[in-house]
Parts: sequence; structure tokens; C-alpha cells
Amino acid sequence: MMLRDHAIRYGFIVLLFGLIAYFAIAADGFVSPQSAVFIFQSVAITGVLALGVTATLVVGGFDLSIGSVATSAMMAASYVMVVLEQNAVVAVIACLLIGVLVGLINGWLIVYMRVPDLLATLGMMFLLVGLQRIPTEGRSIATGMTMPDGSVANGKFGDAFLALGRHRFDFFIPNLIPVSVVVLLVLAVLIWFFLEYTRFGRMMYAVGSNERAAELAGAPVKAYKIWAYVISGVFASIGGILLAARLGRGDIASGNNLLLDAVAAALIGYAVLGAAKPNAFGTAVGAVFVGVLLQGLTMMNAPYYTQDFVKGVVLVVALVFTFALSGRGKR
Amino acid sequence: MGADAVFRVDGLRKSFGQNEVLGGISVELHAGEVTVLMGANGAGKSTLVKIISGVYERGAGTMSLAGEDFAPKTPAEAIRAGVVTVHQNINDGVVADLDVATNLTLDRLSGSGVPTLFNPVRVRREAKAVADRMGLAIDLKARVSDLSLADRQMVAIARAMAHRPKVLILDEPTSSLSSAEADRLFALIDRLREQGVAILYISHRMSDIRRLADRIVSMRDGVVSGVFDQKPLDYEGAVNAMLGRKIHLDRVVARNSAHPVLTVEGLRLTPGARPISLTLGAGEVVAVTGLVGVGKTALAETLFGVRRPLSGTMTLNGKPYAPASAGEAIAAGAFLVAKDRAENGIVGGFNIQENISLPFHRRMSRFGVLKRRIERATARRQIDELGIVCRSEKDEMSALSGGNQQKVMVARWMAQEAKLFILDEPFQGVDISARRDIAAKLRASADGRATLLFVTELDEALETADRILVMSEQTIVGEHRNADIDLERLLAEVAGGPLHSAA
Repeated sequence: MMLRDHAIRYGFIVLLFGLIAYFAIAADGFVSPQSAVFIFQSVAITGVLALGVTATLVVGGFDLSIGSVATSAMMAASYVMVVLEQNAVVAVIACLLIGVLVGLINGWLIVYMRVPDLLATLGMMFLLVGLQRIPTEGRSIATGMTMPDGSVANGKFGDAFLALGRHRFDFFIPNLIPVSVVVLLVLAVLIWFFLEYTRFGRMMYAVGSNERAAELAGAPVKAYKIWAYVISGVFASIGGILLAARLGRGDIASGNNLLLDAVAAALIGYAVLGAAKPNAFGTAVGAVFVGVLLQGLTMMNAPYYTQDFVKGVVLVVALVFTFALSGRGKR
Repeated sequence: MGADAVFRVDGLRKSFGQNEVLGGISVELHAGEVTVLMGANGAGKSTLVKIISGVYERGAGTMSLAGEDFAPKTPAEAIRAGVVTVHQNINDGVVADLDVATNLTLDRLSGSGVPTLFNPVRVRREAKAVADRMGLAIDLKARVSDLSLADRQMVAIARAMAHRPKVLILDEPTSSLSSAEADRLFALIDRLREQGVAILYISHRMSDIRRLADRIVSMRDGVVSGVFDQKPLDYEGAVNAMLGRKIHLDRVVARNSAHPVLTVEGLRLTPGARPISLTLGAGEVVAVTGLVGVGKTALAETLFGVRRPLSGTMTLNGKPYAPASAGEAIAAGAFLVAKDRAENGIVGGFNIQENISLPFHRRMSRFGVLKRRIERATARRQIDELGIVCRSEKDEMSALSGGNQQKVMVARWMAQEAKLFILDEPFQGVDISARRDIAAKLRASADGRATLLFVTELDEALETADRILVMSEQTIVGEHRNADIDLERLLAEVAGGPLHSAA
């Protein structure tokens, strides 16, 4: 079945280009460097989270706590700078530590406490959603806010930190590419190289496909699984740093969609090039796909509430591509 | 005894695609008798059981129950007709989260004419009646998940007996029970035998068979290879019918080895088992044979560091050897081709090349980056060496036949030099030509390392090994040089003669 093979392999890429072509004709100004950059910028944070969750999918797990890790990191960065009056470096380090710590706890729960991955990370999600609000008693963090004890927080976001969200690099056109897009591309290349070309990445795929075989081939399976959750946690905390830098404050209401969008991107990635498995390239394409779709719909004045619906449709179609057509998901 | 058969199977055939699993099986079961069914893996036992219990449709042949035609289309139909099966996996027979009483009456919870409302009092009353009839002394209110395996097994059997069947099929019921627990099960089976139930008992454990059997039916390659009903029962004959030589295939010229590679002293696998001592020499191929469940895999896994021995020491090439993990064993030069490749060997998401390189990533990479050129060259060399039939080293594993998949597993571990090369049931689910290829390759490459095979089928041992060790009850009970073997003595050791049953 050559036709079918091609449909599985290139179906999603063709769909992506078809979509771009359609929007190019239907929506004025869709094809422009600024529009392209805007698409990338809109998916930069979810893309980073999606790349992280890809690592846990590779070892046969799942991480539902990424969204709340990102918002916790955002709140922590704000707290460190605004309340504790520290500089940008300290804030970034604090965020990364949170990512590592949550990843280790997730891994420990799953590997040693034998809690199923979905439940362990779901529990962690609830825990973090609550925890990030405790230091400020549920208030958002911004310069000049009143603390629970009546004092006023006078620290502010450092310029270096805000630059992570607002600086744009020149690329043919001055001030074109935001830092967040660069971070996304760098991390995408890094995780792609790690998963595809290093022995650690290869063994992570082996663990996800047949844990027992990997163990009998001498791999420290437990360590690989825990590392996957640490990668996921760190990537999510980087996403949180970018979010804090973009907003310039610790907004407890932001980041609600991060988890679902990131998971959707990673799962759409299964269908890209007929991989039928989690992969970094697919995840990146999946994130861009969602970005194109939303940007196009927005430019065509589709109401905001249709966006979630469209995302859901795309995800379901992608999953059908992966599991029904290729027949590899059955194993 | 010797009465007319209650249940009769005549000329039963079954094929899956090209593969004929049952080639005309005829078996009779008599009321008040325990008929033991013996057969190696792949002999067709479980297929036969599944046809009788209504899971599979038969290909050809007839079955009759008490003189009437018996052709169940579903398991429920077989049970209603009076043929009840307790499957090997105990937890398939019980619902762990419900209490004993509900489990005993579970089959009355659905079907027509059952009240919609669940009445705990009635359930408990009915359950008590079932339990009393079976002499079951288990708290009916206990949750099944809190029971021991033996108690769960009792509940599963009692539940089956609640249908008052004429025929009861027990598929390896003692495989996860201790001997004290098994004794309780045997007492129950005696009771059922007295009640006139015809029992088909499937087992590999010679001690069970000696304790229970009124008749023995041996199966081999989908046909009945022997029926034994003369008292005293000829146990060795039954084992021979199940495992013994069919035809003389290839003779092996047995080699001797002077230079010891692996020495094992006083290794104990389970509490109460006699310790194992053995020496494996460079260049020799040694086969360990014995029935399923006598500890062959446990010994293989102990030598490979996956399982810890209770006591004993090992040395490999003169150095103390006590691997704590597969990784340590591999680093020391001990490799294992694990049994059941789908479960323990093949990485389904990987192609041939990636499957072959799996244990040796570290040796094939620099700064953690895999050197794909070396990986591909290794795979191509190994495909060539073992004659793996494929289009290229990029083929998916699922595209390969069973024999070729197994060759990939062997090729994986032959990609690097081993000091101790262990293969656990390497010929399982492998066609005869692939089996010969693998055996020839093992012998041809044996120089410089010790090769240890674990096989249930005697033929496989006789075709490949220089020396044959016999295992029974978690220890080694016999040793034979593979030249003019005293086959009778060997079979007696496999069958676990009275001399050894005390261990």
C-alpha cells in the first residue's frame, strides 16, 4: 500500500502546508515575516513545555504537572525579584531548581512509590497550583503590592530578566526575533539531538518500548525514567521563566492553557512523518501547527471560543493518523 | 476406574493460518479419575484446553460429553454444559476487589432470571452452601485481594465447582503455590475425584503428577505421543513421550575442555534446594535440561546478575564474580539471551540494527553520541554471520519470522566477545532450519568462551551440547557427556526419581 504509506508519512506535513496556503489566500497579511515570528512567539512557551513532556512520553510515561511547574516557576521568579529583591540570575536559578526538584519528586513517586504516572503528576499538579499561592495568600505579585503582613514589596523585575521576554534580535529586519523564539529553537535542537543521536536518548526509547528488554541489556531503567521527569520539569520551568519575563509580573490567572496546548503539540508530533512515537521534531512541528491554526483563525476573525474546539479536532485527527492508519500503536 | 469415558475428544484439529497446532488429538476423560496432560511448551496443550472450554473454535474433529455432542461456541456455553476450566493465571479466576462470597456466586449475578437488585444476604447464603460442599474453610467476608495465592486458587476452583460440573480442567494450578499450599489443593482434588468428577490436570511438576495421576496423556507437536494407564504408571515413559528423541538429526562430536571459565560453588536458588556446583570450560557448549519450573531460568538469571542467590560463590576467569545487575554482568563479559524474546528481548519500536546494538551503546559511542556507522557495520556483519533473512538492517522486527527474530536476539549478544554466553530457551518458537543455524553458529564460535544453554527439549540439548546437565527441583541432579548417553538414566533424572524427590 504505497499510497497509504505516503499518506501516513507526509499527511500531516501536507496538511500543514495546505493550511498555510489557505490562510495565505483567505487572510490578508498572513504571509509576512512579522506574522511568522508572531506564530512562533505565540507557541514558544507551549513549545518548550511540549519538548519537555516529549522526554517523558519517550520513556513511556506522561507528565501532567508541566503547566503548574511553569506557573510555579513564574510565581517564584516574581517572588524572588519583587519580594526578596534579588537579581535576575538568582530568579532564574530558583526557577530551574524548582524544575529539577519537581522532576525528581515525580520520578521518585513513579519509580519507587509505584504511583501510576498520570496520577502522580496529576497529584503534583494540584499540589503546585496550591503551593504557588501560599506565600502571597493567593494574590498576584507585582511591584508595590501589599504583603499579607502589611508591608509593601518594593523589588522589581530586573531589566536583564525582562529582556528575556521583550528583547528582539535583528534578523534581516531590525528587532524581529524575540528571545523566547530563540530559546525554543535552541531547546528543540538540543532535545532532538539528545533523543536521536546520543546513547542516552536511544536507551530512553528502548525503556519506553520494552522496559524489561532494556533492563536485561544492562540499562539502569529507573534512573532513565527519573531523568526523563527531570528534563520535563526543567523545560517546564524554563517555560515559566519566559512567561514571567513576558508578563513582567506574577499573575496567578495566567498559564491555564499551557498544559493542554503542550500535550496536544507533543501528541500531534506522533503523526508527523509517520513516526508513530514521541519525537522532538514532531513535537516542534505540532507546536507550529497549532500556532498557525490559531493565528490564521484569529486573523479571519473567528471567535476566541472556537479555538479550543479546533485544537481538539486537530488532536483527534492526529491521533487517528498515528494509531489507526499506521497500525503501530497497537504494540 | 476404566469405566466408559464421560468426556471424549476425537480427532481434534486446529490451525492458525499455515501453522497446524493440533494434528488430530483424541483424549478420553473418565468419571472419578485424574487424567494428567503433559507436554512441552508449544505442544498444543493450551490450544486444546481453549477449544474444550469454548474459547477457540475447533478446526475438525468431534467432542462428546456423556454421550452427547459437545460443541461450545462460548466459554459460558461450555460451563453451562458442565465443562469448567480453571486457568493458569489465578487472578483470571477471581475478582480481587470483591469478597469471597460474591466471588463464589459471581456467575449468578448476570444472565436471565436474575433479580436486578443485589441481595447480600442471599449471596452469602448461596456462597455458604458452595463453600460447605467443597469443605472450604475461608472467611466468606474476606476480600480476595487479602487472601494468599493458594486461598485464591481454592476460591477459583470452588467457584468453578459451584456449577456442579462433570468435567473440571485445571491448567497448571500449582505453578505459583508452595508445597504446603499444593497439599491443600491436592486434598481438594481428592475430594472432587471421590465425588465422581472427571478431572484433566495439566502440569509440568513431576511431584504433582506422581501424587495425583490415574492416567497420563503425553502430547508432542500437536499429537498424542503416549497414553499411560497401567498401574504402576510409567513416569519415565511419559516424559520420554513428551520430550524424547524423535529421530536422530545431527550428532555432535563432544569436545572436552581443560581450561575452566566459570566455576560455581554451593549456589542455592531457593530455600531448601540443594546447592549447585558446576564448572564450565572454555570452548565447550553445555546444556542444562529439565522440565518447566525446575529452576532453569532462575539459574540463568542468577548467573546474569538479575537474581540474587541465597548462598554460594562464583568465579569468572579466576576472578570473583558476583554481579548485582545485568549491567555489571555485561561489563564482566557474561551475556544472556533471555527466554521469551517478545517479553524480554525485542524492543518493538526499534529496527534490526537498533535491536542488535542495544546492550553495547557505550562501546559504540564517543562522548555519549552514538557512532551510527559502527552500529550499522556491526548490524550488517551480524546479519551476515547468522544468515538473518531480511531486506536490510533497517527492517522492522515485526516483519521478521519467529526464527529470524530469534537470530537477531542471538546476533545482538554475539556482536561482542563474551566470556560466558548464556542462552535461555533459545529455540523457543523457532523453526527447525533457524534452530540448526543458531546451534551451528553457537558451536562454531564457542572457542574461548563458556557457552551455557537452558533447554526443556532433550533433542535440542543432544543436538548442540558437549555436556548435558539435568536440573530437577532447583538443583542439578545429573551430568552426562554427550557421547553414548544413557538416555534412560537421563530421563529418570528429568522425571525426578524417588532418590531426588526428598530434596
